[in-house]
Amino acid sequence: MKKVIAGMMIAAALGTGAAFADDEPFEMQIDARQGIMDYRALQMGVLGGMVKGEVEYDAAAAQKAADALLAASTLDASMLWPAGSDSDAVMETAALPAIWAEGSDIGAKGKAMAEAAAALQAAAGGGLDALKAAFGPVGAACGDCHKTYRKSDG
Amino acid sequence: MAIAGVAGAAGALFAARPEALQPQALDGLSADPARGEAVFWAAGCASCHADADAKGDEKLVLAGGQRFASAFGTFVAPNISNDVDAGIGGWSTADLANAMLHGVSPDGAHYYPVFPYASYSRAALQDVVDLRAFLATLPADPTPSAPHEVGFPFNIRLGLTLWKALYLDSDWVVTGDLSPEETRGRYLVEALGHCGECHTPRGALGGLQTDRWLAGGPTPDGKGRFPNITPGALDWSKADIAEYLNSGFTPEYDSAGGHMALVVENTAHLPAEDRAAMAAYLKRVAPVK
Repeated sequence: MKKVIAGMMIAAALGTGAAFADDEPFEMQIDARQGIMDYRALQMGVLGGMVKGEVEYDAAAAQKAADALLAASTLDASMLWPAGSDSDAVMETAALPAIWAEGSDIGAKGKAMAEAAAALQAAAGGGLDALKAAFGPVGAACGDCHKTYRKSDG
Repeated sequence: MAIAGVAGAAGALFAARPEALQPQALDGLSADPARGEAVFWAAGCASCHADADAKGDEKLVLAGGQRFASAFGTFVAPNISNDVDAGIGGWSTADLANAMLHGVSPDGAHYYPVFPYASYSRAALQDVVDLRAFLATLPADPTPSAPHEVGFPFNIRLGLTLWKALYLDSDWVVTGDLSPEETRGRYLVEALGHCGECHTPRGALGGLQTDRWLAGGPTPDGKGRFPNITPGALDWSKADIAEYLNSGFTPEYDSAGGHMALVVENTAHLPAEDRAAMAAYLKRVAPVK
């Protein structure tokens, strides 16, 4: 009897899991959000490699990456953040409910990111020192928003 | 009757009073507030005792107030600013040492281990002396500390006598033949940085499971997991780990989130060689899958 009950519980758990995957709410929006984040990370990787000295500074490549980062930081992504697409409601996202809560300053955080990306875009082609100086504030903008609005383990 | 009860409780408290600093322990130690600032960042005081949104010099206003939910109730970080009444402005160096190294308040009560004295107990007395001097240079804030929201039986602090007997152990977790750099890293990770407080899983009574040291586990709210940072899961290079502790960037240029972003704001203040030492130590931790 115990085995039967255990089996039923496992089946129920698996069933729930499968249903969750099929019916994941806001799947397109969350995929798009995460895609934009990955796209920014790829550009930061190009620039960070030069900042850390792993890759030789290349003005054209740096400019291209910084242009792309700015573009991805100034998209109108407002339609990607519907209420209820938070980490309490949907397992696949690390976006905390605080984004939608009273007093949220997510808009100001996004604006700060766009401004830092614009400063980086203006500096990236102007030599390694200029790139280094503008790279740090972009990282700070990433961290400042993640600190408040993303789960630690996301 | 009530008086006898109070006297009895006070007597029990005194009897159960754990080991505390010997009066002469601080003899001959002199304080260097500049060194104390390095200890302050390494120990991550501001992560919990400053406002979570504090930036720049706001991080030096240690008025408390951050809330930490757990299975035992919700703990509220107290005011440890330099205010004599609301904060710890009236504390002696010995008071701070007893708090950090033994988990005992100036009036002899046990602190809850949400205050990471289980880690700080490994700290060097000289570092506490220097930290005391640095804290004395910080602003005073009159905001009173809020009480913890902890129900029975965990509101009986005497129960912590037992907890301390079970889990307060100032021995190093990672032992063996460590290089000077790894030894420095061990000090920063196991003592001041108190990394194990989150990254090591806890048992039913809230003690760290040191056989799974730094192997991660569920968050207290049950909604997420602290990552495994042993070599069994964290395959970043030493340079990658050091860079993460500096900029918050992973090798894939994702960036730290949640409380870890606050931790990085502390480790970013450390000398580069300290971040490298922490990374070197993490490479020496027993791998757990």
